[in-house]
Amino acid sequence: MEKAKKKKRKTFTRRDFLKGFGGGAISAAVVPQLLAQDIASLRTKEGKIPLFSKKQIILTVNEKKFSLVVEPRETLLHVLRERLNLTGTKMTCNQGECGGCTVLLDGNPVYSCLYLAIRADGKKITTVEGLATDGKLHPVQQAFIEKDAYQCGYCTPGFVVSSVALLNKNKNPTLEEIKKGLSGNLCRCGNYSKIYEAASVASKSMRRS
Amino acid sequence: MEKKEYLADTEDSNLLYYEEFRDKETEEPEAAPSPEKDKFEIIGKYTPRIDGGKIVTGQAPFTHDIKLRGMLYGKILRSPHACAEVISVDLSKARSLAGVKAVLQLKKGRVKYAGEQVAAVAAVDEKTAEQALKLIKVEYKPLPFAVTEEKAMEEGAPQVHDMPNIQKFNEYSRGDIEKGFKEADIVIEQTYKTAVEIHHPAETHGSVAKWEGERLTVWDSTQAIFNVRDGLARFLNIPASRIKVIKQYMGGGFGSKLGVNDYTVVVAMLAKEANKPVKITLSRKENSLCVGNRPSALQTIKGGVKKDGTLTALYLKNYTSGGIKRGDRCSEPLIDIYKCPNVKVEELSVFTNTGASRPTRAPGHVQGTFALEGFLDELANEIGLDPLELRKKNYTTKNLGDTEIPYSSKGLDKCYQLGADKIGWKRRNKKPGEGNGKIRRGLGMASQIWWGVGRPGTLADVKLHRDGSVEAVCGTQDLGCGTRTYMATVTAETLGLKPKNVTVKIGSTEYPWCGSSGGSTTTPSVAPAIRNAALKAADYLKKLAAEKLEISPDDISIEKKKFFNKNNPAKSISFKELLGELRREKVFHGEYIGRPSGYAYNTFGSHFAEVEVDTETGQVKVLKVVAVHEIGRVMNKLTAESQVIGGVTQGVSTSLFEERVVDEGTGNVVNPNLRDYKIATCLDIPEIIPLFVDMVDPRINILGAKGLGEPPRIPIAGAIANAVYNAIGVHVRDIPMTPDKVLQALKRKEVG
Repeated sequence: MEKAKKKKRKTFTRRDFLKGFGGGAISAAVVPQLLAQDIASLRTKEGKIPLFSKKQIILTVNEKKFSLVVEPRETLLHVLRERLNLTGTKMTCNQGECGGCTVLLDGNPVYSCLYLAIRADGKKITTVEGLATDGKLHPVQQAFIEKDAYQCGYCTPGFVVSSVALLNKNKNPTLEEIKKGLSGNLCRCGNYSKIYEAASVASKSMRRS
Repeated sequence: MEKKEYLADTEDSNLLYYEEFRDKETEEPEAAPSPEKDKFEIIGKYTPRIDGGKIVTGQAPFTHDIKLRGMLYGKILRSPHACAEVISVDLSKARSLAGVKAVLQLKKGRVKYAGEQVAAVAAVDEKTAEQALKLIKVEYKPLPFAVTEEKAMEEGAPQVHDMPNIQKFNEYSRGDIEKGFKEADIVIEQTYKTAVEIHHPAETHGSVAKWEGERLTVWDSTQAIFNVRDGLARFLNIPASRIKVIKQYMGGGFGSKLGVNDYTVVVAMLAKEANKPVKITLSRKENSLCVGNRPSALQTIKGGVKKDGTLTALYLKNYTSGGIKRGDRCSEPLIDIYKCPNVKVEELSVFTNTGASRPTRAPGHVQGTFALEGFLDELANEIGLDPLELRKKNYTTKNLGDTEIPYSSKGLDKCYQLGADKIGWKRRNKKPGEGNGKIRRGLGMASQIWWGVGRPGTLADVKLHRDGSVEAVCGTQDLGCGTRTYMATVTAETLGLKPKNVTVKIGSTEYPWCGSSGGSTTTPSVAPAIRNAALKAADYLKKLAAEKLEISPDDISIEKKKFFNKNNPAKSISFKELLGELRREKVFHGEYIGRPSGYAYNTFGSHFAEVEVDTETGQVKVLKVVAVHEIGRVMNKLTAESQVIGGVTQGVSTSLFEERVVDEGTGNVVNPNLRDYKIATCLDIPEIIPLFVDMVDPRINILGAKGLGEPPRIPIAGAIANAVYNAIGVHVRDIPMTPDKVLQALKRKEVG
């Protein structure tokens, strides 16, 4: 599953992905498999699928361990914002259309509004609050300030996390690669060109350090 | 509680804007400011935002992030019908659900659009609130409706209000339009169409209300804290003095968060009933239905021109629809910007059973400029003139088409020059569509006018503390334009400090009054007010320093946190030391008092676009945009560039993708999300080059600065449409310019 996702990110842009989704090809092939997995993990000893049973999970968020009891329907976004008070991760559409809630899950970017908290059990999560180390901003955060790569600032955490994910995988991306890598995030104020400028500046300073 | 009264102040979506700016007499300043003389160290340079660290680490508090002890979650039940009579509302089951703390009926009588609020609940969590909504039984009697302009304009169409669906709301005329047509060598008529656009701010609308006895505190995602306070006072019938409204950070508004919202009144009522704080966060779908939109416009322009390019007549008839509210006044650019002696305008609003319009970044001007600028290019082509030359030929220095009072400053001619040079205007097809091949390239441009003046009466304080720290305080709001940062730079500049030395406080009605952040008014209101306060502080400190140094205050100079003797720089006293001499903290009140009458105060700009059109698929790709603006003194180049880039990006999005679609059968919006309502992404935008004309308005305020919020949003669609015209030789007069429309236009060309 994770592999498939990784591959998709490399080869699909948001629009391509949506096009495919509209055509039904992806929805037919991937979704049932996904559901089957989740349902299997939910079955009780008697083979019943409990509708409201809560589950204990352990999340490592920004290098801190949290043990939580969650409902199967709770999204990772909900747990982060409402239970752990990590409100840096934003809810913009709550349906996987904008990337405002992007977090790193074992290093990979995911839309936390589409990711059920129970699936994140045992995983390592990094939110925008966890990127600075020892009080020093991440080079991506530095570059966003320097380049003024934001306006209202609401989509910024999502863009910062997506940029970090991109630069962790691709140390020296071309402009085209940056654009593709960040095309899953929407900025309504329309500051994209400053955002990808910032990502480019950050990649340079990350390579230097 | 009738919905009607809540929206009373949004009756005409740009009425507020219009009344505010149009040649209104303002209080005459005692001495006309002459800001052009000032040379600054920090103002006008590239200054990163002082609160950038908070934003990039997720620490900036948005309304969505507010969580109070014991807070409940509110949800609103909305009508699924575009038009229906509410027969009965049964709240009993919802009320008895465990966890539900308050239930309200909000509607009696007729609902007029799908999405209108009917009832509301507050519960311990969102899921319970959602469940409670499902338990509310509403009996509707569905009625016939009209959700499209075409249907609403038909004979015998269902009436939206108790009046005909078509209402004339604006007329203007000067000269003699018929005479103007007769004087022309060429007269043409064309119709331009623009779609309904949704604001879709990243942070959906939302409010939190908390009562403490008779006092109400509201956290609101708003562009106008004082309007929200006064609106709440009116609707809740309580004194404004008991209401505090707070907005620290807001995830976009673009006009949709001006004034009090009905759900904010509801959240306060729910909080009262439950006796607990309540939060309402609207969903993305609700954002598509009931918090505003940019009205559509169907504009027909008939105009005449002489062979030498002299405009003789412009006649505009506009049918515009703002749903259950009036549409936009789109005629302002046509009336004002070009020299034309004979002008006639008729604007009619078409009511439909859809959500109410609200100001949308440059209301009316976006639609009006798209039509006017497209029409000018078609005229230019008719007489074989360079479209830029046509605009220069009809250049004005006075407003209302060179017929009234002079513009205080107008740098549009310089915008033309800078833009044409930068894009390489000579490269354009001399005859539209003259290129060959499947992929065609073209260049186009368009001009822009907007107001962008300040609100007289805006207040701001500069506070000096005995420990040497400084505050800049104003009850304004930062929409993402960098308000905090220029408040810091202006204060720092005036007092010889660094921006980071200034603590900026904004976003609360407990601070000095400031109007709404709309209409590109914030900078020209707040910056001069804070400058005024800081100058008073500087004067006071100079006197104090002069006493200490035993010289005349005139001999004191301020620089780098020091007050020193101009004639003997070795003699100085530090800022911190001087403030330590104060007996108590000291507050200096500043105000923006206004500008002299007898001048028109406007912002200007022009955009130049290069596009590529695939004539087989109809796909338009915008390659490059040079956006040049004249806004008087630029306060901060860095944030100003962002503003321009944002305006252009939104304009590209509108030109190519954005359209709210309503289903005629069900009366419902069918793209109430960000998947089907397309917004431009990183991959869709061109290279954008923002440029500013280096000039200062000599009298608008003590800094000579005008606003920038709206201007970069205005000309871009016109520039793109004209570039497409230049590429393929046929004008696409309908935005969004989706591939089907481009292909249809190409077909029109073939048929000839």
